[in-house]
Amino acid sequence: MSMKSESRNPLSILKSHLHAACAAAALLLATGAQAADLNALIWCDHSDPALLQPFEEANNVKVNVKEFEGTGAGLAIVEQSQPGDWDVMVIDSIDVPRGVEKGLFEPLPEDKLPVADLFPQVKMDGSTVVGGKRYGITEKFGYNTIGYNKTKVDPADMQSMAALTGDKYKGKVAIYDYYLPVIGMAALAIGKKTADLTEADLPAIKAELLKMKANAKLVGEVTASQTALATGEVDILVGGGEWVTAGLAKENPALDFSIPKEGAVLWSQSLAMFKDSKNKDMALKFIQYIMSPEGQARLATSSCYWGMPSNTKAALTDDQKKILRFDEQPGFLARAQAYPAPNADLDKKMQDMWTEMLQAK
Amino acid sequence: MSSAGNNGRALPRAGRALPRAGRALPWALVTPALGWTLLFFVLPFIAMGFSSLTAHEGGGFTLTNYSQFFTNPSYWQAMENSLQVTAIVTVVSVLLAYPFAWILAEQVPERWQRLALMLAVLPFWTSYVVRSYSWLLVLAQNGVINRALTGSGLFSEPVQLANTRFATVTGFVHFFVMLLTLTIFANLKQLSPSYRKAAADLGAGPVRTFLHVVLPLTLPGIMVGAFLTFVLCIGDYITPQILGGNNELLMPQLVMMQIGRRGDFPLPSALSIILMAVVTIAYLACARWLKIERA
Repeated sequence: MSMKSESRNPLSILKSHLHAACAAAALLLATGAQAADLNALIWCDHSDPALLQPFEEANNVKVNVKEFEGTGAGLAIVEQSQPGDWDVMVIDSIDVPRGVEKGLFEPLPEDKLPVADLFPQVKMDGSTVVGGKRYGITEKFGYNTIGYNKTKVDPADMQSMAALTGDKYKGKVAIYDYYLPVIGMAALAIGKKTADLTEADLPAIKAELLKMKANAKLVGEVTASQTALATGEVDILVGGGEWVTAGLAKENPALDFSIPKEGAVLWSQSLAMFKDSKNKDMALKFIQYIMSPEGQARLATSSCYWGMPSNTKAALTDDQKKILRFDEQPGFLARAQAYPAPNADLDKKMQDMWTEMLQAK
Repeated sequence: MSSAGNNGRALPRAGRALPRAGRALPWALVTPALGWTLLFFVLPFIAMGFSSLTAHEGGGFTLTNYSQFFTNPSYWQAMENSLQVTAIVTVVSVLLAYPFAWILAEQVPERWQRLALMLAVLPFWTSYVVRSYSWLLVLAQNGVINRALTGSGLFSEPVQLANTRFATVTGFVHFFVMLLTLTIFANLKQLSPSYRKAAADLGAGPVRTFLHVVLPLTLPGIMVGAFLTFVLCIGDYITPQILGGNNELLMPQLVMMQIGRRGDFPLPSALSIILMAVVTIAYLACARWLKIERA
């Protein structure tokens, strides 16, 4: 609907042409792309050579990657590109419908993918399947929960979210700067279900967030919050989880995470193929590789951040499984709740509430 | 008019005296700069202006993106924070840079000035991001300063320096003192020694000479440097993001927040134009002040 109204606007046409020209130039300059290459819009965990090289060598193809953070930024890159510039995209599982709504994605052939091998709770069919067709496949997941240094805090305290707002750890807490999962955690702390959040719940959630902020030393994005926990600047990370602690396990075995009694927020990322891809066969091969036991192990232990592979048959070593607490997953998944997936209006209100929390003294 | 004088004979005007090619030369020289400005400033600015008047959901004309700024206290707070931080940084940077530039220009022997200037701008050679992260390490709980404070017994517990406004201001000041030093130094070097000699001849002491002669004559350099500091500081995203710990939001951070997940470009466009309006007002005030001073 919005695309139609935009297409009648001469300014929008000019803007889209300018955007397309800029994006095409950027793509060419940044990647030296060729038609035979695979162009992937990815999160940082997919840029690890240890993940990409085996696929490139096996298929004699160059994977050109462009990293982005946040679905909005990713979709903006796509909108500023020419159709066919991109072949595959990594996207929050809950945001797959946004791409489908914009007509970007190609249905994936379920019979050619190991869908049956995925942890059932992370298939996320409510988001990855639209109109009976699968547009995304969950490749990696984890939890936004409580990450902590077990030599500095009492692990027993980390079994309840009350520790995040009490006085005992005041000034020892960092908050991960992403509004959806932390709002989800605040909702869990006050006994709300993340899947059922409405505008009426926001005042109570805001009060909980403000209590967390009052205890926090900083609110940081991935690198800042991870660094703060690793260097001892803080002892607890609200919104942390295996994605913070597992990758640092060798250097800093004191870092751990808990799934408190109130639960945790389940995050998951999916792979999708572009409808306008000029290289769909190779795009499917790439998705099949990432979803294979070998690809899953490499993705799960990527140098950027670790996370649980969605494929139960991922070829992880025993040590890697131990660090990721692979065998405890059934229990964790049973207590985890869905990532909040608000509509556009509620999303905006949640972000404004987050802004208020950040500005609170 | 003027050509009608001289016993009724028309005098040739300067422009007419130039051949056609000569008249085209100034335009040819200025065209690349004009083209550059048009392509990389005017056109993007117009596109941003239109974007700011478009609804994020569904498109169409709207003023909501602007009204949100004035009705949402958190957005307004971001502007207040930006102005406060920028004002503090500008004043502190000027207060530190002026004596530094003065020492360089007046006290350091001529042959050492080039080396001293090079040392002064040495930090410019490192990446801005790396410099900010370095400050984070210096100011952290286990950083150099806190270890010195607790080690010397001045404080029993580490002081929170990182992830505060103090850290943001420190990171900014480190950068802008260098910039201001260069502009003020250039101004001081251009100042003829005759002014000071004349003031001394008239019986003024060093302090009076500085306050009534040197300082007023170097104010244009200070103002230009201060304005550059203001413009660069108020639009900077990296330093507050790395050093401020998100314990308060500044305008550039608020702008970036809208894009990340929601991909909302109209609202940040409006916020950016408001920010630009503030910078324009600062420029006009600065230009007017300089004009009055020169008059």
